[in-house]
Parts: sequence; structure tokens; C-alpha cells
Amino acid sequence: MIRRQRWLGPAMFMPAIVYIVALVGVPFVMAFLYSVSDAKVGSVSYHFVGLQNFVSILHNPAFRRALQNSFVFTITSQVLVLIGANILALSLKEAFPGRRFFRFLILLPWVAPVSIGSLGWKWILDSLYSVISWVLVRFHLVNQYDTPMWLGEPKLAMMSVILVHTWHMLPFATVILLAGLTAIPKDIPEAAAVDGAGFFRTTFQITIPMMLPIINVAVLFGAIFTFTDMTVIYILTRGGPYDTTQVIPTEAFFAGILGSDLAEGAAISIFLVPLLVIAAYFVLRSAHRAEVT
Amino acid sequence: MAVVETRKLNKVFKRGNVGAVVNVDLQSREGEFLVLLGPSGSGKTTLLRMIAGLEEPTSGEILIGGKLVNDLTPRERGIAMVFQSYALYPHLSVFKNIVFPLKAQGMPKEKRLKQAEWAASLLGIQHLFDRKPRELSGGERQRVALARAIVREPSLFLLDEPLSNLDAKLRASAREELEQFQKRIGTTAIYVTHDQVEAMAMGDRVVVMSQGAVRQIGTPADVYDEPADTFVATFLGSPPMNLLPGPDVIVGFRPEHFLPPGVAERLGEHISFGFQISHGEYLGAERVLYGTIAGGAFDGRTAVSRIPSTHAVSLPDGSLQTFAVALGDVKFFDPGTEKRTSRRSIPA
Repeated sequence: MIRRQRWLGPAMFMPAIVYIVALVGVPFVMAFLYSVSDAKVGSVSYHFVGLQNFVSILHNPAFRRALQNSFVFTITSQVLVLIGANILALSLKEAFPGRRFFRFLILLPWVAPVSIGSLGWKWILDSLYSVISWVLVRFHLVNQYDTPMWLGEPKLAMMSVILVHTWHMLPFATVILLAGLTAIPKDIPEAAAVDGAGFFRTTFQITIPMMLPIINVAVLFGAIFTFTDMTVIYILTRGGPYDTTQVIPTEAFFAGILGSDLAEGAAISIFLVPLLVIAAYFVLRSAHRAEVT
Repeated sequence: MAVVETRKLNKVFKRGNVGAVVNVDLQSREGEFLVLLGPSGSGKTTLLRMIAGLEEPTSGEILIGGKLVNDLTPRERGIAMVFQSYALYPHLSVFKNIVFPLKAQGMPKEKRLKQAEWAASLLGIQHLFDRKPRELSGGERQRVALARAIVREPSLFLLDEPLSNLDAKLRASAREELEQFQKRIGTTAIYVTHDQVEAMAMGDRVVVMSQGAVRQIGTPADVYDEPADTFVATFLGSPPMNLLPGPDVIVGFRPEHFLPPGVAERLGEHISFGFQISHGEYLGAERVLYGTIAGGAFDGRTAVSRIPSTHAVSLPDGSLQTFAVALGDVKFFDPGTEKRTSRRSIPA
């Protein structure tokens, strides 16, 4: 009896272990091994080359641009998500007719597959059929024969992918913040009201500071996700025009898979691992602190 | 200093439901300690929250210092409130908690510091300034909440069961301290509690509430000795007043007025009852005897007697005794309305 009990626990979590090892662990180890080798698609030879791949990508202007873009893409979208999610969470907390419906609407971008959402955006931002351009033309804000090329001009393209990614990430952050907000005892904002604090003082000195641990979780989680995600950029711009929206994950994909240089792709993709590990450590620490307070 | 007045105040939370507060007319006096007392669900906290401006009345008027405040926000009402949970800001130090209302007022920094020092010294908590609320004991938290409430010298103090989170021993001393404190600063205070001992001990006047309505307003002695109806009679006092329903009247008397043979004879005009003792409890300073009335119009009704242990009368369980109540201590209630009546005789 006791013997069987001892095996029950490990047996129950074994499927999860197998799953993680096979789909995350093995590829991760292989990526690491490839990054210090000269592996190519279609070749069976393996030669250890040390950190040569990393030295080489650091000298590659395309990689440096992707690295820079990754930071711009991640930081800008996360700042926008943070502001948007705070506003949404604060307004969705209030009781108003149709609140449930609005909460549902806000969640839609998260539950809809990002590829479908991005395809929708591809049309919205199309150079010929863009509804945004159409509206701007109708309001005489832009010239009918010189509409903005949303995905065709470097700055506009970056702005577009950032906004679409923000649109995609917003619901998740909103839900997390909403949970944090509802966890604040009702007495606290009431005490602030009696103490003479208005909306802004209550929000910025009481509510947001109290939500800080959970905001940290949302932001760090969103940042890690954004650093490693390529869906939106791949569908909307493929890194273009002229690699101006290339980020680390797309660069790794183009170099390693489409360019057949597995070693370089692997080096690019694990370049940010140390940074992300640190970020992940802070996510876990914040999550723990959010539990305690 | 301000006087609070409510006129025909009503609060209905859900249309069609009975009101949480029903037609409350109330007027506090200058510098008074007014206690709202009632069981849970009696509407006392809702009434307090409406005065604070945290809850909007369904109908009726609220006046503070003679000014209609129905449409004013809490911050415009010049009040301070101590919450049951204390509602301290957990991420701010004690000092920052205390100066928060002053900052909201836009008071300059040096004056804030002086004011906070003053409030903290009144409560003896200056040494806690740098601590966070979670590092404080229950009693210390309560003091910080009080300091935060008095720091801007409000015209009215609202307290929502501020002692209920303290352990029994601390509660007694905190009660006395709070009472002294209010007398010293002289600010009108409205205090909500469900604890009758607290209400009796602290209140200049007690407002007894039940089901949203005010049942009686009076000094602790008034509401205890001259209850307006059967609810007040039974809610106050432990054990509660004996109520004996007769054919056309309810007769009530306090257990401590229901006296055993040997004592009863010394009373002037009195009414005697046969009392079948079922069991007694010895509580040190007093004895509480449970039993039923034997004979007469109230035969079989349960009654309780509470006598000081110094009355060394032998009253064994199961014995039949003759107990008596002085006529002046008997209260009469109308069985229909349950209100006091002026009748002065009992049915034979």
C-alpha cells in the first residue's frame, strides 16, 4: 500500500515532465548546442566552434538592428499596455450597465487566435484598402492620392506592429490588473475619500501603489512574451520594410530556418536568454510578494 | 464642532426590497458621543455611511452643522471616519498614513509635521512613525486610525465598530481610552456598535435601531430602565428582560428585579409570582436562576432571576419559590404594537 502511494505522486506529474522535457527542454538544449557549433540545415556534421557565432552576429548590423528593434518593440508596447490596462481595469471595475458585455469585448483579442487577428489588421493597414486611410481621407486629414503606407514606411510600420501587438496583449494585462484591483478592500478607497483625496490622488497614491506587485507580474510577463514572440511581425511585415521591423525572434527564424544557418539562428535566439532568465526571476519574486501582501 | 441631523432618511438598496434604513430622524448634540446600537442588519452602519457620504440616501435629508450635505462628497463634509478594519494604507508608513488627509488638504509640509506630531502625541504613537501597518498590533493600528482621523481636526467623528477587532482584554481599556479621548477633544462623535456594553459605557445617548428603524433614543439609563418597546427591552441587558405575554398585555421586568423570598418582602408595593426553579448558574458575583412562572395568568412562562451572591438564600434546583417584583419595576407592553403602555396593573 505504502509502496504504491510513493509512486502515485511522480506518476501523476510524469506526463507534464515528459511534455516539458520533450517540447521545451530538448529544443532548448539543442539550440544551445547549435549556437556553439557550425551546424547547417541538411548537414550531419557537428564541430564545436566556441563563441564564434556570437562574435559574428554581434558584428552583423542586421542583428544589431533587430536587437535594438526588439527593445523598442517590447518597451513601447509594454508601456502602452500598462497605461491602457490601468485605464481599462479602473473603468471596468465601476458598475455600469453593460459592464459584463464590455469585459467580454475587451477579452476578445486575447481569445481570438493572434494569427486571425493579425490578418484582420493586415487588411485594416493595407496600402490600398485600409479603412483607416479611408476614414482619414473622408475627414480630409490626408491626401486621397498619397495615403500613408502603414506597413510600407519604416516608422509607420514599427508603429503599426507595436499598436497591433499592444491590442493583442491588452486584454491579458487588463484581466490581471482587474484581479489586483478587486483584491483591494473596499474600505481603503473609501477611507481615502473620507480623508479628502480626489480621484487622481486616490488612484496614484493609493490604488496603483497597492497594485504594484501585480502590475510587476503583468509587465514582466508581457515583456518576456513580447521579447520571444514573432507572430504579429511575421504576419504583418515579415520584418520589412528593409528589415526595419526585424526583431530577435524573426531574425532568428529567417537566419536559422529560412536561411539554413542553424548555428547562427540558434545563437540569435538564445542571445537574450540570460536577460529573460533575470526577468523571469523577478516575475516569480513579484508574484510571491503579491501573494503575501 | 457640528451637529448632525437627519430628516426622514431612507435607504433602499434594491428596489422592491425593504429599506435598510427607514425614516430615520436623528439629531445629535454639540460635542456629544452618540452611539448607534443594534443587531447586525439593523441599518446602523448604512446610516453612518450615509452621514459620511459613502452611501447615497434614497430619500431624506442629512444636515451637518445646519448645512444640507446630501450632494456633497465625503471630502467636502469635513468629517473623519474610523473604519471597522481601520483601512490603513498598507503601503504607507504610519507617518504617511497620518499626514495623508493633510496632504489632500494641501497643507504645507512644516505644518503637516507639527499636526501629525500633535495627533500622534495625543495617542502616544510617535515611536511608530516609520513602521508599516502590517508591523503593528491591533491596538496600535486602532490608534493610528484614530490619529489619522483627528489629525485635521474634523468637525465630526464617525466610528464604525472600531473596537470589534481587538481582543476582549484590550477592548475594555481601549473603550475607556477612546471615551476619555473624545471628551478631551470635544468633537461630536457618532459611534456604531452591536455591543450593548460598549454602547451603555460610552454613549452620552444611545440610538437603538432594528430593521432600519430607530426604536428609541435616550441616555443609557433611559433605554435600559424605560425601554420604549419589547425589542429595546430584550436587546439591552444580559440576560434580557423577562417578558410574560398575558391575555391583553405583556408584562416585563428585569431579571435583577425578580427577587427571592426574604428580599421581596422588603419591597414596598409589589407583585408576587410562583417561580419553579429549573436550574441555577453560579457566576461568582451573582447567581442566575432559570425557571417558569407557576400559577396565575402567566403559568408556564419562562423567567430568569439574577441575584447578587451576597443574598445567601438557599434556592435549590427544582424547588418552588415565591419571587416578587416591585410594582415600579414592572413595565407593560401592548401585545399588538409591542410598545410600552401606561397600564399599571397585571391580569389576575
